[in-house]
Amino acid sequence: MSAEATVVETELKVQKKPTESFLSKRRKNIVTDPLNDDNPITIQVLGICSALAVTVKLEPTLVMSIAVVFVIVFANLIISLMRNLIPGRIRIIVQLAVVATLVTLVSEFLKAYSYDMYKVLGAYVGLIITNCIVMGRLEAFAMANKPYDSVLDGLGSGFGYAWIILTVAFFRELLGSGSIFDFKVFEAIGWTTFPTNGLMVDSIGAFVVLGILIWIQRSKSGYVEH
Amino acid sequence: MEVFNIALRGIFIDNMIFAYYLGMCSFLAISKKVETAFGLGLAVVFVLTLTVPVNWLLQEYVLKEGALTWIDGSFESIDLTFLQFIMFIAVIASMVQLVEMIIEKLSPALYGSLGIFLPLIAVNCAILGSSLFMVQKDYNIIEATSYGFGSGFGFFLAIIALAAIRERLKYSHVPNGLKGLGITMLITGLMGLAFKSFIGIAL
Repeated sequence: MSAEATVVETELKVQKKPTESFLSKRRKNIVTDPLNDDNPITIQVLGICSALAVTVKLEPTLVMSIAVVFVIVFANLIISLMRNLIPGRIRIIVQLAVVATLVTLVSEFLKAYSYDMYKVLGAYVGLIITNCIVMGRLEAFAMANKPYDSVLDGLGSGFGYAWIILTVAFFRELLGSGSIFDFKVFEAIGWTTFPTNGLMVDSIGAFVVLGILIWIQRSKSGYVEH
Repeated sequence: MEVFNIALRGIFIDNMIFAYYLGMCSFLAISKKVETAFGLGLAVVFVLTLTVPVNWLLQEYVLKEGALTWIDGSFESIDLTFLQFIMFIAVIASMVQLVEMIIEKLSPALYGSLGIFLPLIAVNCAILGSSLFMVQKDYNIIEATSYGFGSGFGFFLAIIALAAIRERLKYSHVPNGLKGLGITMLITGLMGLAFKSFIGIAL
């Protein structure tokens, strides 16, 4: 009987302190939620500025997505590691300093290895600092959660941002320049007189494409804003 | 005359919202009522007119290649441009803090109406954006100030116009999925189209 009791006891102990598996359901949700149901751009309305500015062509958009994912993941990790050391009153400045350092790294990296891309993206790389998604995740998640969870959250939000801006860029480049990754699609299938739409290259196309994308995405997920 | 032209271009042609998409987050989030939009717009004009010239001084006398020669001739080859982002954002954050304290002291009424928006401005992309564009455009200090004021005023106009439209929009039947952000994006697109007609304007 005593042996049985100890077994039950150890089982209870195990249940009391379950070591969460590396990819538990909760953690999977941290990554997958921002992709659709809680998307940073279409639902939370964050990070719109850069979502529109760089999406004329797919290639700079891809570079921008990678840069944002990098910044968001590492900023989340660093702030999460420091979260107990940061005094509440000056947390915004601390967060900005961390983000600005990471963005400077990205910018110097681009300048060194892909100068053309650095010229194309111009000031918008610097503007990742004030990208509300980064600040929003730091403030809402990394300040209150453990490092590993924060990294997962950063990945989720980063990719949620990336797929939206890549979709916008796909339509803008296809309709505005008639190409995908600078490959002339319509010429390749023999339609040389394809009428490209100048508005798509302009800022107006970005607003309209994103507006319609939000409409489709929200009708599917059933989210209604009041 | 050139100085006025720069401000005019900032307001109508190179509008922060419609041409560069900067400050979109607060533009969309705080445009539900004209009154609050007015407060935010005013705060943006105020902070931009102050931060752009301050960042210009920083760029000219600290960050640019060879900018430190005013201390000693041997600093000629030093290039601190890589510190640009950190320095600019630090200036903006501290300027916002300073402006907030000054307004609180001098005009409690204005502070009451701007109150919550001032700290938010530190992370408004339009503020950092104008400083970065100012560097690219190679202005002198008077032109830079005028550019800062112009782009701030452009933002002010845009956000008030959008807020006025959205107040009216409350009474119209918008499809469920399009409500809120979706319709606002489409309207912003149409407004951008209207602002396109200002191209070529000059004094």
